[in-house]
Amino acid sequence: MEELLEILRDMHPDVDFESEEHLIDNGILDSLDIVSLISEISENFDVTITAKDIVPENFNSAQALYELVRRLEDEG
Amino acid sequence: MLFTSYEFFGFTAALVLLYYLLPKRCQWPLLLGASCLFYMAAGPRYILYILFTALTTWFAGVRMGRNAQNAAAFLKEHKEELSKEEKKRYKEGRKRVRRRWLVGCLVLNMGILAVVKYANFFITNLNSLLTAGGGRGLSFLNLALPLGISFYTFQAVGYLVDVYRGTVKAEENPFKFTLFVSFFPQLIQGPISRFGELGETLYGPHDFDRKQVCFGLQRMLWGYFKKLVVADRILAAVMTIIGDVETYQGAYAAVGMLFYTIQLYADFTGGIDVTIGLAQTLGISVRENFNRPYFSKSLKEYWRRWHISMCSWFRDYLFYPLSTSKAMQKFTKFTRKHLGDKVGRRLPVYVSSFVVWFSTGLWHGASWNFIVWGLLNYVVLMVSEELEPLYAGFHRRFSVEGKFWYRLFQVGRTFVLICVLNIFDCYASLGETVKAIGSVFTVHNWKVLWDGSLLALGLTGLDYGILAGGCLMMLGVSLVQRGGSVREKISAKPYWVKFAVWYGLFLAVLLMGAYGVGYDASQFIYNRF
Repeated sequence: MEELLEILRDMHPDVDFESEEHLIDNGILDSLDIVSLISEISENFDVTITAKDIVPENFNSAQALYELVRRLEDEG
Repeated sequence: MLFTSYEFFGFTAALVLLYYLLPKRCQWPLLLGASCLFYMAAGPRYILYILFTALTTWFAGVRMGRNAQNAAAFLKEHKEELSKEEKKRYKEGRKRVRRRWLVGCLVLNMGILAVVKYANFFITNLNSLLTAGGGRGLSFLNLALPLGISFYTFQAVGYLVDVYRGTVKAEENPFKFTLFVSFFPQLIQGPISRFGELGETLYGPHDFDRKQVCFGLQRMLWGYFKKLVVADRILAAVMTIIGDVETYQGAYAAVGMLFYTIQLYADFTGGIDVTIGLAQTLGISVRENFNRPYFSKSLKEYWRRWHISMCSWFRDYLFYPLSTSKAMQKFTKFTRKHLGDKVGRRLPVYVSSFVVWFSTGLWHGASWNFIVWGLLNYVVLMVSEELEPLYAGFHRRFSVEGKFWYRLFQVGRTFVLICVLNIFDCYASLGETVKAIGSVFTVHNWKVLWDGSLLALGLTGLDYGILAGGCLMMLGVSLVQRGGSVREKISAKPYWVKFAVWYGLFLAVLLMGAYGVGYDASQFIYNRF
């Protein structure tokens, strides 16, 4: 989780990712951020996030994103 | 059948009446029949195109849906016997079959769109190369563009991808699916609906709900006000200016940009108001396509608020799949290794965005004007993205962010930028567009703004007065909308206020609409896409 938070903080240092739960709904992460984020996650974790996984429920909070990574790790 | 024609009023009035009088089980078949009639009114043979797209997409969707169901059942049945590796291999095998259906159907339907919409554009460009080399040019194809083909093809493709991804269940009934593709209120200018959203309300039985019907009719009336009172009235001046680039330069070109941006807003949002209002009258919920776009503080924000259904289509079905594809992942790794993390991270995003904006331009029309328009949007967006650290530094140094005057400045700046970009839709050629924009800086004839010259553009003083009133009303409604539904607010007022508002608006459309001698209600701008 800490690794993921670091990636997120690196992208938006001004956002409190531990408490923010509407990253997509509030427009904090846009489509360019999401693709950069996926690229970072692929680089740091052994998972492949596909277009199918890009839904607000998976990206609205750091916790949701962490759960997606965990799920994909399990499936892989 | 234009939304602004008498035939359309008669057609929809009869439909709404029948819709609520017939048994509820007849409602969706009635809508399908009405949609086919509406489509055939544009030319009976064109219905073959839309039926072909609907039926091939339905068939591919059913095949993919059954494939996924069978795969899930097989895996459930053999849960204990198969190893993790075997399950994975089996899943991949079944997915390959689904992918074949997806790709086959996509190629077929996008191929039709490509041929009927872009073949002659391709031939024109090829001919200019051939004739420059002394060769003979190819002859053009004699194909008319089927009504709404860009919209219904994209809607069908979206459904197909959703079924492939497993995010929606395949529709088994071919008639119901044909209605989804051909639902007439949104057929010719969108919004591009998603099956998961529209399907929920399209087929269900709908009781007559007085409030929904009233709200739907009120929204249609507001749409007609924007279209007939503002868009069609300002059209005369826009046509005069863009029709003669040699005469109308400098201040005239600037006025043309402003007027076209107003026209585009009133025309497109007005058309969508009619669409959503009519659907609401029938008890059907169609997604919103705009969110007060001209209040955007940046071009990036504007594209989140303008033509939302098209932008989200390109994002979900082109940008994300492309930028997360295996080829792009490899490219990312390559660029990171050779150009460093910072550049390597951004380059694939920029490549995918380039493809998206090129396609967005091309989607709007088979002409270089639109392609350049799309790519200019891309350049502005990417440059803004690169300048983000500079903006952040500026905001750290000067605390202006959030201040009213600064927000006003941002909105004004974005509006001017949109005016300039929009004009690429208008002129006959790219050369004329560049000439018109360049003349704003080189031809100093600003006195035409106040010496009465603008009265020679096909609009009288009264027309300008009506336009000013119409624009103020659109601005006022947008401002009030920030605090919630305007119709809800009006419906909470005393009876005489409600009566005055809606009857006044009705009279305004009737008396100030641009029709009658010298006018002809024009086609909606987005119909041609």
